[in-house]
Amino acid sequence: MLHGHETDWEVGERKIADLAAPGEGTDWLEEPHFSPDGMSVAAVAKLSDDTCTVRVNGEDWPTAFEKVWHVRFSPDGRLTALVQQDGEWTLAVDGEPWENTFEFVWNPLFSADGAHIALCVQSGARYGLAVDDTPWETLFANANNATLSPDGRRTAAAVQTEPLGQAEIEKFEAGVFSAAVDAEPWSRNFVNVWSLAFSPDSARLAAEVRTAPRECTIAVDGAPWARTYASVWEPRFSPDGKSVVAPVRQGGGWILARDGQKFWDASYVQLWHQMFSPDGKRIAAIVCPRFGRWTMAVDDRPWKETFDVVTDAAFSPDGARLAAAAARDGRWTVLVDGHAWGRSFERVWPPVFSPDGRHVAALVEEDGRRRLALDGNVLSQARGDVLGFAFSPDGAKILSTCLDGGACIRRVERLGNGRG
Amino acid sequence: MYSNGSTMTREPVQDDGLALGLARLTPERIAATTQAFLKEETGARLQVYLDTCVHCGLCSEACHYYLSHDKDPSYSPVGKVNQTILQLVKKNGRVSPEFIGQAARVAYTECNLCRRCSMYCPFGIDIAYMVGLVRRLCFKLGVTPKYLQDTVNSHSATLNQMWVREDEWIDSLQWQEGEARDEVPGLRIPLEKEGAEIMYSVIGPEPKFRTQLIYQAAVIMHAAGADWTMPATPGWDNSDMAMYSGDYELMGRLKRAHFETAMRLKVKRIVMGECGHAFRSIHDVGNRWLGWRDRPIPVIHAVQYYHELLTSGKIRIAKKYDEAVTFHDPCNIVRGMGLGDMGREVAKALTPELVEMHPNREHNYCCCAGGGVINCGPPFRNTRVSGNKIKAEQLAATGVKTVIAPCHNCHGGLEDIIHHYKLDMKIKFLGDLIYECMEKPWE
Ligand code: SF4
Ligand code: SF4
Repeated sequence: MLHGHETDWEVGERKIADLAAPGEGTDWLEEPHFSPDGMSVAAVAKLSDDTCTVRVNGEDWPTAFEKVWHVRFSPDGRLTALVQQDGEWTLAVDGEPWENTFEFVWNPLFSADGAHIALCVQSGARYGLAVDDTPWETLFANANNATLSPDGRRTAAAVQTEPLGQAEIEKFEAGVFSAAVDAEPWSRNFVNVWSLAFSPDSARLAAEVRTAPRECTIAVDGAPWARTYASVWEPRFSPDGKSVVAPVRQGGGWILARDGQKFWDASYVQLWHQMFSPDGKRIAAIVCPRFGRWTMAVDDRPWKETFDVVTDAAFSPDGARLAAAAARDGRWTVLVDGHAWGRSFERVWPPVFSPDGRHVAALVEEDGRRRLALDGNVLSQARGDVLGFAFSPDGAKILSTCLDGGACIRRVERLGNGRG
Repeated sequence: MYSNGSTMTREPVQDDGLALGLARLTPERIAATTQAFLKEETGARLQVYLDTCVHCGLCSEACHYYLSHDKDPSYSPVGKVNQTILQLVKKNGRVSPEFIGQAARVAYTECNLCRRCSMYCPFGIDIAYMVGLVRRLCFKLGVTPKYLQDTVNSHSATLNQMWVREDEWIDSLQWQEGEARDEVPGLRIPLEKEGAEIMYSVIGPEPKFRTQLIYQAAVIMHAAGADWTMPATPGWDNSDMAMYSGDYELMGRLKRAHFETAMRLKVKRIVMGECGHAFRSIHDVGNRWLGWRDRPIPVIHAVQYYHELLTSGKIRIAKKYDEAVTFHDPCNIVRGMGLGDMGREVAKALTPELVEMHPNREHNYCCCAGGGVINCGPPFRNTRVSGNKIKAEQLAATGVKTVIAPCHNCHGGLEDIIHHYKLDMKIKFLGDLIYECMEKPWE
């Protein structure tokens, strides 16, 4: 993902690297990843001596590894990859592997500012996380649904706290899973624990739990809501951290509940991905008010226009506007405040508001090419496929990265120019 | 006239899952749960079916259980209804735990939900729907067969069918990539490739027991020059035993994870491996339970994908398989989706001769593994295998030694039948044959 801050906003275009020819001693280069400021591009390089490394702007990391996968930039611009050396796995940051190694590692998680990195790890068939090169003190028979707190200081996962033999259905039903924060499990077990979510201040943890085979609810710091439901979806804390909302299924439909009480009145065929506006005043969710018809609802009021599918919703930074990607009859578009763009595309990536909330942009696919669309218009100059974009903090310019053949290009343009 | 479904005569079977659930039941709880269930989850559709059925028994000849059990009416489709949902409705749930035990046995282990019988009923009554209702009720009563329930527990804890942990999945893919790369220089199984055209999805047993299928798929994708990816997160497994245990809430969770994984990766479509029930779950049942009329991302079955690769010339056939074959039509993709002719075209392109078994296409007999029956495990294996003598006869009559079945469950079911009835046959996936017969430019 590209970021708008702390970057060079001089208008123009530059070639960051060329991946077309891997060069002598390299068998191939894998798909490129741009840094958040668009100034670097990295890819796994498979070398001819059967080792791998990461190539950044044409330069290889000094170390080669047995295997390398999942190259990703942290939001602060550090380059990470999962690497294997002597049969052991770890995370390498800017070419430097962590000191701790594991039998397997996957799913690196970054704090919003990129300062902290967590990693799912397995050693000796025991599971947990490691944060900034420090593994959990206790590992578990299984751990999944891993999450990192917003401040990047705490990690949590659904963990299996007790051994479970083959087909031990009675024991499973009694509950062998819990949620662990920094390797410390909640005081009780559940049948299942899913969709862990930290509060904005990172102090509390909520999760979907199954308290009995046919009873689900939300637990906050291990304490389940008083009521149970046939099913629930992901909990979300309010921005002030004081309440938790979650979709719950009752009477054959879905409603939005808050802290165990009915919150929205309407019952939907489906309701999920609820989100608070940044100021906490409004709640939006993707809803299906009638079978097969999807839209967004804001504070329990669904938009009129409906689609076959709606996804990737986002509020504007001031919370006044809302956008989502939506499709009808296989063609995708962007929905903004209840109205679809006039054009449709083969694919649409998540829409993003400009910092002032006036513009909405999204990557779209047209005629097999990935392009950048702004407020419904495809920006025309782009050659190749646009891979990412970001608005400048003043909303006047847009930074995009693209791949043209093997050429990795960074471009800054002023908004209002070159609309297609 | 099949008036009362006749008395069921079965050897007692010990199943710990059913026993566990039954031990907790009281007649009051059964009645309350059943009444709430009938009120909340059934309606005109069930009533119309029950009112319309004239108990003529014409559906009986459709059912492989009935045909294979000396035409015992308790195995007939209408007999299954009469022993289960009809009584529950008539008695408004006032039945004993023993009754529920019998009903669970019928619903979970003596019906594959194959829907063959609907085609033989003059009114098109969907018996499988009614048997599915019985399963749903049994789930609500906590009476499910042990091994099926264990599979469902795995789905709930890991979002896959085989208790595959997150690292084991990725490790299996990387292992198969390494193996395949020894054969095919430059081959990749691209993980988490955002924006690829295709997300390839498989069922839980592939990384666990049938890794060669992942290997073969990777070779086929490579040869076809496909822009594809596989997820390195849960959501990769397209299978769904929750659909068959009656745990629809969990089914929804599984399908949501699968589709949202594809949407996160921003692929244009999902290509599924050769599995029938997973196709039913993704293409028809689970997606709709969540509220999507169709699929939020287009989904195609391997049969459709292979057909596309062969007709577009992306895969070329270098040689034919070395003997004649027959083609088993999996219920879920042929009766359920009409892929029989497409499957045959792929099979014919790969083989010197295709000998039809009879009946075929949508009239084909079920493998008797489907509908979650094979997942009910050893206690019910005998009923399943003896319940498909007719399939063994049908296979033997073709006189060929290879049967193609583009479905995992069918493989399991046919393997048991072939073994039990001592048929000299082997079973292949279409992918096995494509891998064996295709042009490999790197060789
Ligand atoms: S197994 Fe198939 S034919 Fe027999 S009752 Fe069930 S759905 Fe009908
Ligand atoms: S064929 Fe139809 S009407 Fe006749 S017994 Fe079977 S389900 Fe009833």
